[in-house]
Amino acid sequence: MMKNYKMRLSRKYRFLFAPLVIMVSLIAHAQESPYIVTYDHYLEEPGNLEVEYFSTFGTQRAGNDFHAFWSEFEYGATAWWTTEFYLDGQSTFNQSTLFTGFRWENRFRLLQREHFMNPVLYIEYEQTSGADKILKEVEGHDVESDYATPNSIARQEHDHELESKLLLSRNFHGWNFAENTLATKNLTGGNPWEFGYALGASRPLALKASAHHCNFCPENFIAGVEMYGGLGDRNSFGLHDTSHYLAPVLAWNLPNDWTIRLSPGFGLNDNSHQFLLRWGLSREFSGFGEAISHLFGGRR
Amino acid sequence: MKNARVISMITLTLIAVLSDSKPTLAKRHKAPPDPDLIYAELTKAPAKDVARQNPLESDPEAIPAGDKLFQMHCAECHGEMAEGGKKAPSLLVDEVQKSTPGTLFWLLTNGVVRRGMPVWSKLPDSQRWQLVSYLKSLSGPPKPTPDQGDTKH
Repeated sequence: MMKNYKMRLSRKYRFLFAPLVIMVSLIAHAQESPYIVTYDHYLEEPGNLEVEYFSTFGTQRAGNDFHAFWSEFEYGATAWWTTEFYLDGQSTFNQSTLFTGFRWENRFRLLQREHFMNPVLYIEYEQTSGADKILKEVEGHDVESDYATPNSIARQEHDHELESKLLLSRNFHGWNFAENTLATKNLTGGNPWEFGYALGASRPLALKASAHHCNFCPENFIAGVEMYGGLGDRNSFGLHDTSHYLAPVLAWNLPNDWTIRLSPGFGLNDNSHQFLLRWGLSREFSGFGEAISHLFGGRR
Repeated sequence: MKNARVISMITLTLIAVLSDSKPTLAKRHKAPPDPDLIYAELTKAPAKDVARQNPLESDPEAIPAGDKLFQMHCAECHGEMAEGGKKAPSLLVDEVQKSTPGTLFWLLTNGVVRRGMPVWSKLPDSQRWQLVSYLKSLSGPPKPTPDQGDTKH
């Protein structure tokens, strides 16, 4: 009886701790882009899992400032398909802290080889409440005043959105240039398609790698800038009543497998939040899919 | 109820993606990629790429730096000594070692996406040439040993 109990307990702990053990033993070295909003054309390496945490502090006129945060689990299903799951939340000062929804994103590389411009198709389904403030993208006529609604009211609105993006990106003399065009459809109600954009440029501080392992080598830092905003909707396409941001970005790819990102963002017009401070922390785990397969009885 | 269905669908899909070699879900066994098919990609490099010279060929730092990059980005699949692994073939074979530096650079840049090798153009040109220097050194005389333990701050 006691033996059976111990075995059950041992199995239970094995199940609970196995993912932790797997993650610690599967560290991979990352070379991550510094962008927070813009996507380049690089996908996750097949079988790797990247776990990320991002945080956005935003100022709010006619309302309370907020801190929005999200976790990402990004998995390289193949060399041409990356799938990603997000959990969103936010805390509005002097109000409350809320879980605001989830997103499921897929990116598909459309061409086998590198070209002058490299397209990637992005499809995302998101189920969020009206209180979501992560500003992972800006679309349609999103403006600052939309975010002033108190959490207790905003949380009652439930959105189901389908979002598609065409990601274009290229590397040139060490620089990366990326352009994203997005179209979003809120599946609840008769909302029109909404549009937005994101642009990014970045470059490592050094193009050659040093021969030694180091934390502060210039090639470990990638700096750049991104700009993003809304382009109206199907009924009123254009820049009127839209918000736009310009944000310097910096990524520090540490040799011990962590990547740290920092990006202060500045609103470019009166419809935008005046200031957004974003930062993120991520770690990549290699061979995660294979290890999980093995855990569930698959062959190595 | 509708939300629960959506969440269930996503969860099941993620589980299927993550554990796609689980026998009960899929009976097939993932065979390692056929090395010949991957080596055959080397023959597809355009002539102008094949003819490219390694601009870092005489740089004494290129091989140890390439070694470091190899351990960071390539060893996971190709093995620490480039001897090959379950996910990717050996890079010590003649097909690779007799390829021109330009051919190897072209393959690193474009990957073999269909067969699971990602594109590595996210590494700057210089770093890809450093990798090429390291790969070519594997068939030559003993390479300089990088000081792996030396950490600069």
